[in-house]
Order: sequence, then structure tokens, then C-alpha cells
Amino acid sequence: MDFEGYEWVFWEGTTVTILVGLVSLPIALVLGLFGAWAKLGGGPIIRALAGAYTTAVRGIPELVLILLIYYGLTIIIQDAVSALTGSDEPVDLPRFATGTMTLGVIYGAFATEVFRGAYLAVDRGQIEAARAYGMNRVLAFRRVVLPQMWRFALPGLGNLWLVLLKATALVSVIQLPELIRMTQIAVGATREPFTFYFAASLIYLAITAASLLAIRSAEKHADRGVARRL
Amino acid sequence: MDFLWTAIGDQAEAACLVVQGGLGSIFGEGGAVIPNFCRLMGGAWLTLQLTALALAIGFLLAVPVAMARLSKNPWINYPCLAYTFYFRGTPLLVQLFLVYYGSGQFALTFRELGLWHGMFRDAYFCALLTLTLNTAAYTAEILRGGMLGVPAGEVEAGRAYGMSRATLYRRIVFPRAMRIALPAYTNEVVFLFQATSLVSLVTLLDLMGVARDVISGTFRTFETLIFAGLVYLVISGLIFAVFKRVERRLMRHRRDITSDTKLDTGAKPGAPTAAGQP
Repeated sequence: MDFEGYEWVFWEGTTVTILVGLVSLPIALVLGLFGAWAKLGGGPIIRALAGAYTTAVRGIPELVLILLIYYGLTIIIQDAVSALTGSDEPVDLPRFATGTMTLGVIYGAFATEVFRGAYLAVDRGQIEAARAYGMNRVLAFRRVVLPQMWRFALPGLGNLWLVLLKATALVSVIQLPELIRMTQIAVGATREPFTFYFAASLIYLAITAASLLAIRSAEKHADRGVARRL
Repeated sequence: MDFLWTAIGDQAEAACLVVQGGLGSIFGEGGAVIPNFCRLMGGAWLTLQLTALALAIGFLLAVPVAMARLSKNPWINYPCLAYTFYFRGTPLLVQLFLVYYGSGQFALTFRELGLWHGMFRDAYFCALLTLTLNTAAYTAEILRGGMLGVPAGEVEAGRAYGMSRATLYRRIVFPRAMRIALPAYTNEVVFLFQATSLVSLVTLLDLMGVARDVISGTFRTFETLIFAGLVYLVISGLIFAVFKRVERRLMRHRRDITSDTKLDTGAKPGAPTAAGQP
């Protein structure tokens, strides 16, 4: 394929795409742990809030959420700035920070369900045994529950990463210069949309394939202490 | 046929305008949502139409692909593996741009083949084609997982009864696989429904497209997006409720088994399941 000197859009775009994914993922995981804790151990109000969070995120398209959070934050900050300083200068939110935060918030809801399921899959007797040894809740969670939960959570988290990676394409709508946005720029200059979008899709495919291999080896590593059934 | 649809459309529009008028007299004519209520509902109609068509055609395509994926013949299996891997491993947005904008690169060829006007030049055709190919890939993997889940003993029993391959599939494998695959398929339906919002990025006026249009006209970003989000949320909830009923009906011989397909719990819609991932 001839890219007419526009190969650089792929390098820059891919770097940003991977960065967006890698920064959103920990945000989603932390939110997911909090969400799972809220759903399993919180009082009725906290539980209802966590339920509203996961239901809203699962029921509303990512595209709507991204625009809602991005423009919503912009409007709120804009209003606050004009109220405080009286200036009407337009606020420009840092796109990378907003984009990753948004994806983190969306995928935190999915991580919540993954962690909740993983926690419920850990044998109750294990927790009771840890408590009987005199470990407090935090210690029992760190030493006994978390290492086992991890194993149950991995397949779900692997899928989460694969879906999140593809969802990074959507932040191109807030002009974040990730792979799609950069490809659009190259398409505008070269008028060869098929060549460029197809190459971009192959890059996504390569990242997905590499991720699959990494996930598989991580699952093997997490399962190393478990007797194989067959 | 077209005449009938136009007649129904006119009736629906008239009814909607009455509702819009009613809403206007209760809540006032201000804001962005109420004056554009009928346009937004028209967008939601296009969203539902795209979802239903893509799901129906996609399912018909997915059945042979899923069966091919179970074939031991590499010439049948691998092309289908490549197809499902490509469509599940790349973002829907790229696929959409590839079909809609990418076809422009070959406009002359398409024109000669008679595939340009009313087809690849048309955003609706491109969107429907992309959504169909995308959902067929996901559905094929879901169905494959379901067919792999059919107990070997049941297949053997069918063979022992002397059923032909076609009868075996029709009577034993498909019904059983559908029951196993239904929870995952429910998630795929909701995922596709929400994913149709991307067609607004190729100029179509679906619910999201109308919402963006209303925003650029009124500058009322917040209320318009929240209203659109609520419509998506309600319809997603309805889809889950309908499929829950279907599942209960299919599982009526086993009241003890219920799965967790509702909006609040379960797997990510559209997430490839661990088993289905190539």
C-alpha cells in the first residue's frame, strides 16, 4: 500500500490510542473495585447509587456518554469560570484527560460487574478460615480473597480490555488525535479513504491479536496453582 | 407497499404531533426537546429499523458461518475465522468509515458495476451493510459457542435414532444451541441497538443524528443528550425485558434455571465471551 508520505499518522495515532487505553484501564479498574464493594457491602443508599451507575452506563450508548461528559464538563467549567471571573473566554478542556476519564467511567461500570462476579466466585470457607486465623477484614481481603478473585476476574478483564481498546476509536469525536482522528487527517489530504481506513483497521487487529496472546499467558500464570481438570 | 408505509408514516407523524402539542401545553414550548419531540422520535424509529434489519439479516448470515466454523475442513473454517476475527477485532467505527468513505475510492468501478447509486453512495445502505456484517460476526461466535455446548450424548442419541444430518441439526442441535446461546445473544442485541448511534457519524438522522442536529440548532447540549440517553436507556431496558420473557418461555421445561440477563448485571453487551474468542 502506498501512503504518500503519510505513514507518520499511523505511528502517532497508534501511540495515542494505546496510551488512551492504558490510562483508561486503571481508572476503570479502580472504579470497578469501588463499585463492586458498593454493590456487595454498601448500605441501601450506596447500593442503589452503584446500581444506578451500572444501569445507566449499560443502557446508554458510549457515543452519547462521551459527548455528554465532554460537553457537560465543558459547560459546567465554562459557567463556573464566567461566574468567578466574569470573562467570556471559551474554555478548552484537555482532551486527553477528558477522553480517558470518560472511558474510565464507562468501563468502570463493566469492571464493577466483573469484580462482583469474581468476588462471589471465591469460596466462602476461604474467607471464614482467614478470619478464624485472626486476620482482620483488610488483611483477609489482601492475602486470601484478592489473589483468588484475580483468577476469576481475568477472563472478564481480558474482554474488558479488548472492548475498551475498540471503544478508544469513539474519542475521535472529541478531536482527540488517536488512530481514527489521525487517519481522518491523512484521508483529507490524500483522498484515499479505503487505503488508510483499511490500514488503520489492521493496526487495531494487530493490537487485539497481541492483547489476546498476553491475556492467554496471564490466565495461564494465574491458573498455575490450580489442578487442571483434563 | 410503499404507499402503505407512507400512509402508516403519515398517521404516526400526525399522532406524534398531537403528543408534541400536548407536551408543549403541559411543560411549555421552551427548550430543545419538546419543540423537536417528533423529529427525535422519528430518529428513534430509524434507530429501531436499522437494529431490526441488521439483526434479522445478520442472524441468517451467522447460522452458516457458525456451522462453517465447526467444520474440520480448513478451506471452509479459516475464511470464516478470518471474517469473524476481523469484524470482532476492529472497532465498528472503522468498519463504518471503511464501507461508507472507503467505497468512494472505487466509485468509478462501483458505478460501472451498478453498485453505486442507491447502494454504496447511500449512507443508509452502507450503515446497514456494516451493522449487518458486524453483528453477524458476533452472532456467529455466540451460536458456535452454543452449538459446542450441546451435550455429545444428545447428538449421539439423535444419530442412534437414525436422524439424517439435516434432521439432527433441525431437531436437536439448533433448539438446544439457541437455549444455551440466548443470554449472550440478548447482550448482542442490546449492544447492536446502542451501536447504531454510530451511524450518526456518517450523516444518518437516527436518534443520535437528530439529537446532534437539534444541538447544533439550539445549543442546548445537555438536555438534548440526556433526553436521547434516556430514550436509549428505556428501549435497552425493554429489549432486556422482552428477551427475559423469551428465555423463560424457552426454558419453561426447567423452572429451576434462570440466567442473569438484565440491564444491571451480567456480561458486557457485545463483549466476546472467553469461550468465543478465537
